[in-house]
Amino acid sequence: MTATREGATRASAGTPAAAEKRGMNLTLRIWRQSNPSVKGKMVTYKVSDISPDMSFLEMLDVLNERLIMDGDDPVAFDHDCREGICGMCGVMINGQAHGPQQTTVCQLHMRSFKDGDSIDIEPWRASPFPVIKDLAVDRRAFDRIIQAGGYISVPTGTAPEAHSTPVPKKDSDAAFDAATCIGCGACVAACPNASSMLFTAAKVTHLGLMPQGQPERDDRVVNMVHQQDLEGFGGCTNIGECSASCPKGISMETISRLNHDLLGALRAGVRPKS
Amino acid sequence: MPLELFNVGEPIADTKAPTDVEIGERWSERRFRGRLVNPANRRKMTIIVVGTGLAGGSAAATLGEAGYKVKSFWYQDSPRRAHSVAAQGGINAAKNYRNDGDSVHRLFYDTVKGGDFRSRENNVHRLAEVSVNIIDQCVAQGVPFAREYGGLLDNRSFGGTQVSRTFYARGQTGQQLLYGAYQALERQMAAGNVEQHSRTEMLDLIIVDGRARGIVARDLVTGEISTHYADAVVLATGGYGNVFYLSTNAKGSNATAIWRAHKKGAYFANPCYTQIHPTCIPVKGDYQSKLTLMSESLRNDGRVWVPKERGDERDPREIPEGDRDYYLERLYPAFGNLVPRDIASRQAKNVCDEGRGVGPGGLGVYLDFAEAIERLGRPAVEAKYGNLFDMYAQITGEDPYSVPMRIYPAVHYTMGGLWVDYDLQSSIPGMFVIGEANFSDHGANRLGASALMQGLADGYFVLPATITEYLADGPFDKIDDSHPAAVEALQGVQSQVQKMLSINGTRTPASFHRELGKLMWDLCGMERSEESLRKALDRIPEIRQEFWTNLKVSGDWHSFNQTLEHAGRVADFIELAELMCIDALHRNESCGGHFRAESQTPEGEALRDDENFAYVAAWEWTPENEPPVLHREALEYEYVHLAQRSYK
Repeated sequence: MTATREGATRASAGTPAAAEKRGMNLTLRIWRQSNPSVKGKMVTYKVSDISPDMSFLEMLDVLNERLIMDGDDPVAFDHDCREGICGMCGVMINGQAHGPQQTTVCQLHMRSFKDGDSIDIEPWRASPFPVIKDLAVDRRAFDRIIQAGGYISVPTGTAPEAHSTPVPKKDSDAAFDAATCIGCGACVAACPNASSMLFTAAKVTHLGLMPQGQPERDDRVVNMVHQQDLEGFGGCTNIGECSASCPKGISMETISRLNHDLLGALRAGVRPKS
Repeated sequence: MPLELFNVGEPIADTKAPTDVEIGERWSERRFRGRLVNPANRRKMTIIVVGTGLAGGSAAATLGEAGYKVKSFWYQDSPRRAHSVAAQGGINAAKNYRNDGDSVHRLFYDTVKGGDFRSRENNVHRLAEVSVNIIDQCVAQGVPFAREYGGLLDNRSFGGTQVSRTFYARGQTGQQLLYGAYQALERQMAAGNVEQHSRTEMLDLIIVDGRARGIVARDLVTGEISTHYADAVVLATGGYGNVFYLSTNAKGSNATAIWRAHKKGAYFANPCYTQIHPTCIPVKGDYQSKLTLMSESLRNDGRVWVPKERGDERDPREIPEGDRDYYLERLYPAFGNLVPRDIASRQAKNVCDEGRGVGPGGLGVYLDFAEAIERLGRPAVEAKYGNLFDMYAQITGEDPYSVPMRIYPAVHYTMGGLWVDYDLQSSIPGMFVIGEANFSDHGANRLGASALMQGLADGYFVLPATITEYLADGPFDKIDDSHPAAVEALQGVQSQVQKMLSINGTRTPASFHRELGKLMWDLCGMERSEESLRKALDRIPEIRQEFWTNLKVSGDWHSFNQTLEHAGRVADFIELAELMCIDALHRNESCGGHFRAESQTPEGEALRDDENFAYVAAWEWTPENEPPVLHREALEYEYVHLAQRSYK
């Protein structure tokens, strides 16, 4: 299999212009799984003439264009904005969520690799994130955690004048920092327990720091934590891999804050909605 | 204009705005005159909303709150991915918190003028009125806007205005506003008011008895193609900037929903009005898959310049002040670096055409923060723009704190879109179009921080108020898959999908997309001429022909097949590109983002021809090999006097 792929590479990279660019030659080992019900496996591909200025996903584009032309199935991977903000992309690269830099895969550039490297590419690994195909997984569990309470109940048209409630700048800034979570799932993928605590804590912190979020604060934390348990995410043991791999740098302090709020709410007798 | 390109049909008019009262009264008058639907009847009605960006997300949430049964569709895994998430700079609102002379009327005036007098006064005034409610709504949702030390909301200024009316959340305003709408939407989903269709793409519209009654959609995971019915259909599917292949849009952003609705009878208005954003990271190589925008807010503190002499290849830090040309400050002393986007983009093109561009291929200009860092200090610059600087460094491998950024214009936004009346209803009864997908508010050029404003205005406030007039006649007769209209739409989609898989040619969808995009950028981009457009119109049918005979899509349709998704979108982009060129060719004037080389002032500014072109061009699709039909909607200006825009 590998031999024919290498043959195709040579043919496409044979132009003098391409040779001048002195691109990198890489060996990719990619998780291939055609659907959720079959077993997947790692498959090896060679790519050549990869520019260091390419993004990681552009490198995969190059591979996929070739696979399509060879009549093979291209590698399925999720992506959309390609500017690090939509949270749609995300794969394990050599065992690290989003790869060697603390950023999203779409913002990882090939200058982080060197000629001759071998790169393992796998989907997020967590049972609440079932594989759809190859590198694409289903992260709707995150949305269900939000549905459990990650909002402020304010039907359209009911809002008071914006300046009627001043918000201390430090609270607003801290809320913003937590609110930058893009819901990519790297925290879950990086966690040895596949815990979604950082994701949940980011939302609990964002809304809990704003005066507008106070009325539902206790119910919110209890219900969101309950939902993440129902989804099958693991427990948090404060290892911190989540924050270390978070492309938005969501801090572990959010988890402390969640635990503080959760304890307070439970002691006050708040229980999850059935 | 030779008639072979298009035919002229009956003029049209927007009859829904109550023009018998003063402009400031029209929106409340419209709401009063429109019929309502009582809460018990709302439960009997279903509304399909396609798209979950600022417009679609806010509309679906609001309609769900109101008690309608809503079905929400989006192509990504989660509604939070919609590309509104990427908007950086801010959202305008006429709050006048800065006491700097702002008002609803001034926002209205600035927007009509910024749009180069090609938008509707009625719509724009309503937008300005509603803008203040949006901020209230978002703050109540917990959107963490930037604040002053006193705890009140901060504002900044943006291109095309002289007041500070832009609310922002660092450089991630779109993300925060979207999450507000997304959370409201998820709340309605949890409450059972909104049905969820994730990873599902609309591929056709179903029309029964002249009314939009449903859609055909493909589940992108299972490949299943199915029908969905409703009493009304709302399209909130965004713009069509990806016609150009390289743009600041998300890779998945597409025109398929609006284009297929167009082919079912919805007029497409002003397709040639595209916005080229002046501050994007320049192209690096052939493999490039998208362009990244650097927020226009950077022009508040960054200074744009190129070397005075061509071919000056010195390190920018070594070029002395005297050898630099701060061309925007020189040409437009009143607005300086804050001129509207179309002007900033075209001037960047001009200096690069003169051979004074910088960086690879000479396609770039400097955006320099040295002066701002000296004046404000690095921490202040970091606080304002930190994430943008990080993004730039990540992509280019250069440090913008020490070396000036290089920027170049890129396709960003499309002002054109499906034609809608004041109620946001398309020319197909029962189909409403909101957000960037419609054409109505930005004329020929959108001002910065106005897209978020319009998306949320449409979704939270305008559509939920206007759709009741239509639904007051409902609920409509139930239909099912045995209806001939449903059978036809379903079969049409199935046969197109099978056709694309069966060609088995030698070119991938991306290869066609790239070719089309380059052609459009070169011939229908920042500057268009009769010659370039005719060339494009000669070539596009050839591309279409080759697409349908030489396309290569691997895999099958009943599984997760991203190549097949892309192929369908490219097929639509090719057809849309042709209409864009016809529209650009017929509009023999320059206005806003549409710059015709033949129509410019002696200083090289866009020269409008109000006598002949003060109208909306609404195009009607005609079957194969028939030229499209142009319907003109006259634009009248009662409150803002038509004038040559001047930012000098």
